[in-house]
Amino acid sequence: MPRRSWRPTFALLFVSGVVFAAESERTGLGSEPTAEELGAAGYTVFPDGKGLPAGSGTVSEGRAVYQQFCAACHGRNAEGDEAAALVGGRDSLTSGRPRKTVESYWPYATTLWDYIRRSMPYESPGSLNDDEIYAVVAHLLHLGGVVGEDAVLDQESLPRVEMPNREGFVSDDRPDTD
Amino acid sequence: MSKQRPSRRAFLGLAGAAAASSLHPAARAQTTGAIRDLGDTPSDYGRPSPFEDSKRWSRAPDATASSSNTPLADLEGIVTPSGLHFERHHTGVPAIDPDTHRLTIHGLVDRPLVFTMDDLVRMSSVSRFHFIECSGNSAREWSPAGAPNVQLSHGLASCSEWTGVLLADLLDEVGVKAEASWIVAEGADAGLMSRSVPLERALDDVMIAYGQNGEAVRPEQGYPLRLLVPGCEGSISVKWLRRIEVAHMPSMARDETSKYTDLLPDGKARQFTLVMDAKSVITRPSGEQKLDRPGFFEIRGLAWSGRGTISRVEVSTDGGRSWTDAEIEGPRHAKAFTRFRSPWRWDGGRHLLMSRATDDTGYVQPTLAALLEARGRSTIYHNNRIKAWEVRESGEVTNAEA
Repeated sequence: MPRRSWRPTFALLFVSGVVFAAESERTGLGSEPTAEELGAAGYTVFPDGKGLPAGSGTVSEGRAVYQQFCAACHGRNAEGDEAAALVGGRDSLTSGRPRKTVESYWPYATTLWDYIRRSMPYESPGSLNDDEIYAVVAHLLHLGGVVGEDAVLDQESLPRVEMPNREGFVSDDRPDTD
Repeated sequence: MSKQRPSRRAFLGLAGAAAASSLHPAARAQTTGAIRDLGDTPSDYGRPSPFEDSKRWSRAPDATASSSNTPLADLEGIVTPSGLHFERHHTGVPAIDPDTHRLTIHGLVDRPLVFTMDDLVRMSSVSRFHFIECSGNSAREWSPAGAPNVQLSHGLASCSEWTGVLLADLLDEVGVKAEASWIVAEGADAGLMSRSVPLERALDDVMIAYGQNGEAVRPEQGYPLRLLVPGCEGSISVKWLRRIEVAHMPSMARDETSKYTDLLPDGKARQFTLVMDAKSVITRPSGEQKLDRPGFFEIRGLAWSGRGTISRVEVSTDGGRSWTDAEIEGPRHAKAFTRFRSPWRWDGGRHLLMSRATDDTGYVQPTLAALLEARGRSTIYHNNRIKAWEVRESGEVTNAEA
């Protein structure tokens, strides 16, 4: 498989003493979005907090959001029902019967925010506002014993939450069979 | 779980033909010779013969978070017909108008750009054969019991000729900044499915595909546009692709942390286990087929590797005591299904049929025991163990316990 030069835009071609930037190889197809269009295109939330919007939510606010939008599938106390359990399972990962939940397995709290914004509630994704997402994340992390009753989560505090399984992942070291 | 029908075409017995002829006048004519009635007129989009009944099989056909398996035993060659390509989607198949669909590329770039489908089709294109395999394929094979037929055991894998633009070319258009190390791809499905891809891989052979087997990508495979990361677990080839963010780190999306990570016995989990290791399976004779009488059969199957080309496939008819090289006539594409064949004369006795693939890195497909020894019992994903089928004296073919 031919490997593509990975930044030919920066490559300079010296021909007969004349310098051509490979820039000219670009097709020029595609259009540059306005800032407004770019904002509407969407965003990603990263573990360092990049992408998290303004807003905030508390554990008690999150309890109400959870009961209204989440409990029917995930269970009253996030113990799992039709949908996955979100809490519990600590110390189960080596048991042979691992219970992989947000509490026991997820390495970053920002992932919970990002996933809820993308995909939850399952039947109406995108229907929670940013404050509600911060709040329901706070509630779930409190149910999992990760943050206290008085936690307030926002773009500053959420990336600093230390998840119990933060150090639980290793890189791919396959092949691992002879 | 619904009972799987044996393939009618494979080792077709007389009973099957008789049943068909009682149902359809054309079938009756076929058994006696030429059909003298005038046939059908041309059609605008052809369909398989009504005598063919190949179907995908879904574990949850009424759910939007579901999947369906390719009937590998029914297929010849290396291409999976688009309508039989396996499916896996988390929030259903969206209906997307290509005229309004846009791909936005932004983040750590010199100039963010928005592409229409027309823009993308105008760009330099490539057409390449690649398999896609869900990393949960063969999850039932972690149990020695295994699945009863190859659709269930290996059907979350398919192979197509994909046409599209190299992502490296698109990244040239936007100009990737020096501090970038990952891209994050996002789909336009209800759940905005998202995965991170290392930039080094993104600049290698990753495609943005709009074509599949000569026509537009099917809706279930991402119409009008999908990411295609050759050789890697299927979920990273984000379907209904709408946005690529060039980034300084992976997003640690739900589907690369909570899911698609491989828990080891010490409680640590491997992450970003993207490559699908070399694997093969015999598709005929395979589970739930029946050999009608002793004599010649061609053992046929598929092999593939996410690391390159298949260099060798060996076949055993005695449970792995002895192996012979199968024929690989070709084509032999990198990171694509490769067809192997091996002539066999069935003596009417009990036999255990197995295949074992080697790729051009020298990697040899392992046994279940070797995988369990290396990884324990909780990894779920990436099961590429050697599969065995038992041919009984009755001619029935069943799963053989590992």
